[in-house]
Amino acid sequence: MSLQFKVNGKTVSSNSEADTPLLWVIRDELGLTGTKFGCGAALCGSCTVHVNGEAVRSCQTQVGNIAGSNVATIEGLGGTHALQKAWVKHQVPQCGYCQSGQLMSAAALLSKNKNPSDADIDAAMAGNVCRCGTYTRIRAAVKDAASQLRAA
Amino acid sequence: MISTETNRRDFIKTTSIATSGLMMGVVLPSTVSKSIAAGTLHTPNAWVHIADDNSITLLSARSEMGQGVYTSMPMLIAEELNVDVNKVVISAAPPGAVYVNALLGAMITGGSTSVRDGWEKLRIAGAQVREMLVAGAAAEWGVPASAVKAENGMLTGPGGKKATYGQMAEAASKQPVPEKPSIKAPKDFRVVGKRIARTDAPAKVNGTAEFGIDVRLPGMVYASLEQSPVIGGKVVRVDSTAAKAMPGVVDVIEIPDGVAVVANSYWGAVKARRALKIDWDFGAGANLSSDGMIETHRQASSTGKVLPIQPAKGDALGAIGGSAKKLSATYITPLQSHSPMEPMNFTAHVTGGKALLIGPTQFQQGVQGGVAAALGIKPEDVQVQTTFLGGGFGRRIELDFPVQAALISKAVKLPVKLVWSREDDMTHDFYRPIGFNQINAGLDSNGMPVGLHFKLTSQSITQRAFGLPKDTMDPFMVEAAVAPYNIANTQHDLVIHDAGLRVGYWRGVSHNMNAFANESFVDEMALAAGKDPVEYRMAMLEGKTRFQNVLKLATEKAGYKKGAGKGNAFGVSIMEGYDTYVAVVAEVSIGADGEVKVVKTTVAADMGMIVNPEIVDQQIQSSIIMGMGTTLKHSITLANGRVQQTNFNTYPMVRTNEAPLIDIVLVKSSEKPGGIGEPVTAAIVPALANAVAKLTGKRVRTLPITGKAIQQA
Repeated sequence: MSLQFKVNGKTVSSNSEADTPLLWVIRDELGLTGTKFGCGAALCGSCTVHVNGEAVRSCQTQVGNIAGSNVATIEGLGGTHALQKAWVKHQVPQCGYCQSGQLMSAAALLSKNKNPSDADIDAAMAGNVCRCGTYTRIRAAVKDAASQLRAA
Repeated sequence: MISTETNRRDFIKTTSIATSGLMMGVVLPSTVSKSIAAGTLHTPNAWVHIADDNSITLLSARSEMGQGVYTSMPMLIAEELNVDVNKVVISAAPPGAVYVNALLGAMITGGSTSVRDGWEKLRIAGAQVREMLVAGAAAEWGVPASAVKAENGMLTGPGGKKATYGQMAEAASKQPVPEKPSIKAPKDFRVVGKRIARTDAPAKVNGTAEFGIDVRLPGMVYASLEQSPVIGGKVVRVDSTAAKAMPGVVDVIEIPDGVAVVANSYWGAVKARRALKIDWDFGAGANLSSDGMIETHRQASSTGKVLPIQPAKGDALGAIGGSAKKLSATYITPLQSHSPMEPMNFTAHVTGGKALLIGPTQFQQGVQGGVAAALGIKPEDVQVQTTFLGGGFGRRIELDFPVQAALISKAVKLPVKLVWSREDDMTHDFYRPIGFNQINAGLDSNGMPVGLHFKLTSQSITQRAFGLPKDTMDPFMVEAAVAPYNIANTQHDLVIHDAGLRVGYWRGVSHNMNAFANESFVDEMALAAGKDPVEYRMAMLEGKTRFQNVLKLATEKAGYKKGAGKGNAFGVSIMEGYDTYVAVVAEVSIGADGEVKVVKTTVAADMGMIVNPEIVDQQIQSSIIMGMGTTLKHSITLANGRVQQTNFNTYPMVRTNEAPLIDIVLVKSSEKPGGIGEPVTAAIVPALANAVAKLTGKRVRTLPITGKAIQQA
C-alpha cells in the first residue's frame, strides 16, 4: 500500500502500514531525522511537526490518516526562520534533542499569533519537555522572534 | 579511581605515544578523514590536527551532552593557537588512553570535570602546536623562531614572509614536541572568559545535529528489546512464533538482558515485540518495593558497618548529650530516573571478528571494553564513534545498551540500531540511589551547635560500576556530607547498604542527598534558635570566605533583607561541589492547586576562572530546572520489583509554565576552575525545602515536596 502526502512542500509516498506513526515514516522511511522520538505517547513534544499548519505529535499520528495532507518538519523551517535565528541568538540549545519539537511548536504559535503573551507561550509550549531546562531562553527567543516577524 | 592532577611531563609523554599511535593507523572519525582527503594529515599531538587545507580539527575527548564541551574545549585550544574558535572543527575522539580524564581515571565525561581536566592540558596542547608551527616556519625561512609570529591562523616572519598554519603543518610536524611550551597568563586571555556562541547551536536548531538515534548504516535493521519487567530477571522460555510471522521481522534474538525483535523498520520491531510470549524468572528483585528499600536503609543505619567520612572532631556525641537543646532529623531522598530526552539507543555492526559501535556514550573506553568482553574479541577490534548525546546526566556512563546492540548485531550478522522506548528507558534505568540521612545536634543556650553527628546510609554505585570493594569508603557517596560550618565537635559516618536495585551516577550524585540534609538541618537549627537562617549560617562561616561571599552576593541580589513578595517566602542554601562554591536563594509561593510554585531563584557561584560564562549560565539554569523536578515533582517507586513510573505522565517533568525567573551572579575569581554542570542541581533542593518550610511552617523531610506531602507534614 502506498499513500501520498506532502512533506515540506514535496510530494512523498509511504509504503508503511497505515498504523505506523508519522514520526517513524518521517525519520526512517523518508530519512528526515531532525524530528525526534522522545516518549511515544504525546507527553513530551519532541516529535512535533505541522500537519496542515497545526502542531501535532507525530508519534501519535498514524500515517494512514494524513494522506493528502501538508506536513512540515524542522527541515522545512529552512534554517533561517526568525525562530531559528532567535534560538541561536539566545543560545537556547544545550543537548538540543528536544529543540526541533520546541521550534515547531513555537512556529505554529507564531504563524497565528505574532504577539504572544506569556500565557500564550505557556499554552503553546507546555507540551514540550526540555530535560536540560532551557525554558527561560525559549521564552525569550519566542518573544524576540515574534518582534522580528512583526517588524518584517 | 580518582587520581591526582595530570603531571605535565607524563602528559607530554603520553601525547607523543598517541601521536605515533595515530600515525600507525588508528581509525579516524569522518571529519578527520575529510581533512586527509583535502591534504596531508599532520598530528603534532593527539588532540589537534592541522591539515594542508588549513583546517584545524580538535578531537574532543569529552562527549557533548548539552554541557557545552564542543565549545569550551576548542576555546582552550584556540586561546593558545591564536585562531577563531569557529575555525576549529570538533570531532569526537576514539577510545584511547591519551584521552583519559585525569580526574576520573578513565575516558569518561562526567563529574563536572571537563574544564577542570582540560584547563591546563588543552592549553598546553594548543601552545605546543603553535610553537611547532613557529619552529617549522623558522626552519623553513631560515630565521630565528623569535622572529616568527602565529596569529589568526597565519604565520608571519621578517621581510613580509607569510604562510597559513596549514601550509606550515608539514614543516611543523618535523619539529620536536616542546616539553614546556609557554602558555598565556590569564590576564592575556583573548578567548577564555568570553561569552562565545556555542559551536553546536546552528546544527541543533536546523535538525542536522546527529544524535545516536539518527545513525544510519547501509543495510541497517532495527531492534526493539523486551527486558524483564523486574530488573535482573532472566528469560525462561520465549514463544516468538507470532512475532516472527509479523511483516518485516528479520529475526527474534535472545540475549542475556532479554528478547530482541529485529525488523526492517523500528515500528515493525515494536509491533512484533508486542506479540512475544515470554516466561521470566524474575530473580531476586521480584519482591522489592521502594517502601521496603527505605526500611532496609533505616535498619542498616543502626546495624550496618560504620565508615568514618572524616576523622571525628572532638566528641560530638558527648557534646550533644550535654547540650542545652537537642535536635534530630532524618531526611530521605527517593530513587530518581535520569530520563534524558533521547531514549537509550546504540548502533552496532559486528562482522568478521570486529565491531563498530556508534552512538551516544559518556564512556568510550567502557563501550570498547564492555563490547569486547561480551563478544569475546580484543578491545582494539572494537571501534567506537560518539554522536551527540540527547542528554546524559550519568545514564550514558552505563554500558548495557551498547553491549545489547553488539550482541544483537552479532546474532543477525547485520548492522543493527537498537532503540529503547521511553517505557524501556524509565523502567530499566540505573536509578539514583535512596539517601537516608540522619543528623543529630546539640545547641548551646544561644542556639548555636556545640556538637553535630551526621550519618548517611545509602547504596554505593562505585561498587557495582567500578568494583570498589565492599565496606570501603566511596568518595561518590559522601560529597557535601561535611558542611562548611565551624562546629567544635563533629562526627560524620557512612553506612553502605545494598538495597537490591541497581543504582547509577545521577547529575550531582551524592551532593543531592547530602546537601538536602545538611542545608535543611541548618535551617531547622536556626529556627530552633530563633535566628535568621542567613545570619545563623554567617555566624558559623568565619574564615570560609568563598562561602561567605556567595551567600552575601546571592542574598543581596535576591533582596533577601527586604523580604519576599506577598504570599511568598525565601529559602537559602550554600554548598561546595566540584571545586565550585554556590549559594541559592529560592522564592516560592503555593499555587491555587496546593503545589509549590517557584517564583524566582537567585544563584551566586564562585567557580574560579571561567571559560565561557554563557555556558555557565546555561548550566546553572538547567540545574535549577532539574533540581526543581527532584524536589517538587517526581520520584521512582517500586512495587513487586517493578518500577511504577513508565513515562512523563507518571514521572512528570518541570514544564515551561513552571520555570521561574533565574538570576545569576558569577564571582570574578583567579582561583583554579571549578565544575558547574552539577552543583546547583543539588544546592537548589534545600533552598526550595527551606522556602516551603518558611512559607507553610511545615518541614517536609522526604522528597518530593508535593502539595500532598506538605498537607501531611
